[in-house]
Amino acid sequence: MIKKFVFIIITTCALTLGVNAASDGDLILKKNDPREIKDCSETFNRASFALNQGLDKVIFKPIASAYRILPSPVKTGVSNSLENLSNLVTIPNNILQGDLASAGANTGRFLINSTIGLLGLIDVAEAVGLPKNEKEDYGQSLAVAGVGPGCYIVLPVLGPSTSRDALASTFNFMGGDAWYNVTVRNDTQYFSEPDFYASKVGSGVDFRAKNYDGIENLKKNSLDFYASVKSLYLQDRQQKILNSKKIINTQNDSDWEEIESQ
Amino acid sequence: MKKSKFFFIIFVFFSSLVNLNAIEPDVFVQSTVNRASKILSEDISKDLKINELKKIALETVDIRGIGLYTLGPIRKSLNDEQKKNYSILFKDYFLKTFSSRLAEYTNPEIDVFNKEVLNENYTIVNSILKGTTERPEIKIDWRIYTKDKDNPVIRDLIIEGLSLARTQKEEFASILNSNDGDINALFEALKQFSN
Repeated sequence: MIKKFVFIIITTCALTLGVNAASDGDLILKKNDPREIKDCSETFNRASFALNQGLDKVIFKPIASAYRILPSPVKTGVSNSLENLSNLVTIPNNILQGDLASAGANTGRFLINSTIGLLGLIDVAEAVGLPKNEKEDYGQSLAVAGVGPGCYIVLPVLGPSTSRDALASTFNFMGGDAWYNVTVRNDTQYFSEPDFYASKVGSGVDFRAKNYDGIENLKKNSLDFYASVKSLYLQDRQQKILNSKKIINTQNDSDWEEIESQ
Repeated sequence: MKKSKFFFIIFVFFSSLVNLNAIEPDVFVQSTVNRASKILSEDISKDLKINELKKIALETVDIRGIGLYTLGPIRKSLNDEQKKNYSILFKDYFLKTFSSRLAEYTNPEIDVFNKEVLNENYTIVNSILKGTTERPEIKIDWRIYTKDKDNPVIRDLIIEGLSLARTQKEEFASILNSNDGDINALFEALKQFSN
């Protein structure tokens, strides 16, 4: 029932709001430049953002606040475990993007951490020379293949996305996520549907707790919090697609060059 | 011949003296964060900390340059009066948000570890804000404007690859778009925030 609801929300929003999406043959960099991504349905997005803010205030913020006071080893264990599960989506996407070296390294990390690392609680792989890699998803794979982002959308409950990324995330429910397959699609005797949703809620709480001060600070100091979140999300997405944290490679300096103040 | 050699030596000598005053961007950033860290770790009231942080910002940040950048293309169509008005409002707004953001931290440890010269006017300085039990380690890059070598200034903070100036610019653009490009709407929003 929940998966149907999520699937319907994502596809409806992505299809309805992505109608105006531009898709020319430009470079990946230009296509994913936040300035090039249109907010085609800003009224809907702002309403959805307001709903998510309400949910955050009532549910995520209080839970994240309590989670933050847990002992550090507990938080690290939970975070490692969720990170380990995300490899199940990252590995097929490493392969789709032709990055076989990362696919191999992430497979090694997953096997070591799931066994010796006690279901991912301890990051043993890092200690033996297999450091963490960037997470990959089907939206990033489509972007690498040259598919444009379409419009910026804010999904109810799930948060900021683009038409392309929202549609691509439905691949997870169609066999693209091994964790989903063993919990929801094929309910095994070891894992069941609640485990999948608990891991998703856990990821949300872990993210909120890690960025607790940053989010509160941004909210307090923003003239338009919606616009700030949109800008940060699209910048972050662009970097993830390019697998780069270097602003100099991903952003155009020409605006700065015009500013003369000395 | 001897005369030209003499002038050459004099020229090189004075050139080297001029360069002695140049401040390396990485040294500038490290000394700035050390000053801020010292204030944040002092046992003084939050208001006093905010005042001291504002002084540092006025000395080390190119508030006017950031203001012009964040205004976007509309800056070209403003008259002198509007530019002056914006400059005053942005400065108040910037100092308030800057000090308020930083004052939340107690004793932040920032280590500068690298720099990358982009061109004659810009250098990116790379640093790390050390992690605590509350938050993970954070990568912070500083866009330093180096046109005046003796007086470098900060133009942007790039946190984990996300530019604060760019975010600010898009936020202002959103306010302008929602108000049919009326600059007075932005002025009003800045005024309300600062009060």
